[in-house]
Amino acid sequence: MNGLLDGLTWLLDAENWAGPTGVGARLVEHVWISAVSVLLACLIALPIGLWLGHLGRGGTLAINISNVGRAVPTFAILALLYMTPLGLSYWTTIIALVLFGIPPILTNAYVGMREVDRDAVEAARGMGMSGPQLLRGVELPLAIPLIMGGIRLATVQIVATATLAAVISGPGLGRIITSGFGRQDVPELIGGAIIVCLLALVVEGLMAWLQRAVDPMRRARRRRSRPDRDRGMPLVQDEVVSGA
Amino acid sequence: MALSGPVHTATLTDNCLVRNDWVCGEYLRTRRDDITDALVQHVTITVISVVIGFVVALVLAVVARRVRWLRGAILGTSTALYTLPSLAMFSLLLPFTGISTSTVVVGLVLYSLTILVRGILTGLDAVPADVREAAVGMGYDGLRLLRQVELPLAMPSIFAALRVATVSTVALTTIGMIVNHGGLGNLINRGLSSNFHAEVLTASVLCVVLALIADALLLGLQRWLTPWRRTVTA
Repeated sequence: MNGLLDGLTWLLDAENWAGPTGVGARLVEHVWISAVSVLLACLIALPIGLWLGHLGRGGTLAINISNVGRAVPTFAILALLYMTPLGLSYWTTIIALVLFGIPPILTNAYVGMREVDRDAVEAARGMGMSGPQLLRGVELPLAIPLIMGGIRLATVQIVATATLAAVISGPGLGRIITSGFGRQDVPELIGGAIIVCLLALVVEGLMAWLQRAVDPMRRARRRRSRPDRDRGMPLVQDEVVSGA
Repeated sequence: MALSGPVHTATLTDNCLVRNDWVCGEYLRTRRDDITDALVQHVTITVISVVIGFVVALVLAVVARRVRWLRGAILGTSTALYTLPSLAMFSLLLPFTGISTSTVVVGLVLYSLTILVRGILTGLDAVPADVREAAVGMGYDGLRLLRQVELPLAMPSIFAALRVATVSTVALTTIGMIVNHGGLGNLINRGLSSNFHAEVLTASVLCVVLALIADALLLGLQRWLTPWRRTVTA
């Protein structure tokens, strides 16, 4: 327990927050690089996932990309990218983060679109809605909770993975932990771990709130049984998974 | 003039290790013992973590079903644990478990709980109420009801979660390298610090292969344990 208290004391010391390698600077780096990565991952994965879901094609790809993403160790990708000519640049970290952000967004967007009530889609088609109108006016609003669930999961994963960039001397809060390890400075190590965990929990809380706030159907959905909590979790669908 | 060319070229044999190629058979041959050790450590850590995680998750899921008000607490806590970055998780465990396999195993067990508890709960919740009532009417109760009626019916959902948890655990074990117990992660870390291409790539590929093998094995186990579903999934 003493270790944790020492870490907390280290973290509360204003001196450790100042300077270009202080907690403050690392926190800004961490948030900035995570935000850029989440945006890029959304830009790449959302259009593909939504379009495939709208067409109802490419399901195997959309589902399995998440399974593959889980099997590849983040650390391995960071190490391999570091050994390419990219080396120590920020892009090494960003590319790795984007690669791990894409699968949950893509899979959730696809599944979200596919799970939209077929009756609602048929009714909209019967009313003469064109493809893009259908996508924007019916499918998208109904799929928002699952789509946002994917973005939430990706964001949490990206913030977590950004910590790992420290092992290739990349940016972010993880550097406090690795520096603590390197110098055998336990309070610094634990202090770094605490601030990393706090950031992750705050981000998860914010994303959970955002997910609820942007759901256009949240009043109607309130009586549904599946709790909101579940929507930020990896999709585990035995039918889809075992069918592969 | 004598210094214009590399002095030692003559003494170096030209093979893929010297050229630092990404793919190198010579590496596999000369470091076979290293690779085997890392693989054994990786598999051991993964298996222990998933087994412990499964047992704990099963207990938690059953408790969550019996004690309604604990359900939210158990799900909430495991979700929060899942968001914690692995590097930070292992560091926070250090004061308690030190530089040891336990640090890695405890961390991995905590991560696997999220997916496993959820999967088991989903499976148990999906058992039709009339099936359960019929079983109770036939005299099944408590553990027997769980073991012989509820768990078999929950099997597909449990296995789906188990496969996801196992594949994630195989990948996450690599982070154990931070306390020097990361199986193949140790090799990646060593290769990274010495800029040894073949070592990093080989260990990374082995990790993915290991995850795929584990997934296939669990799928086989599931087919074997749920013979009544074979015709449905085939």
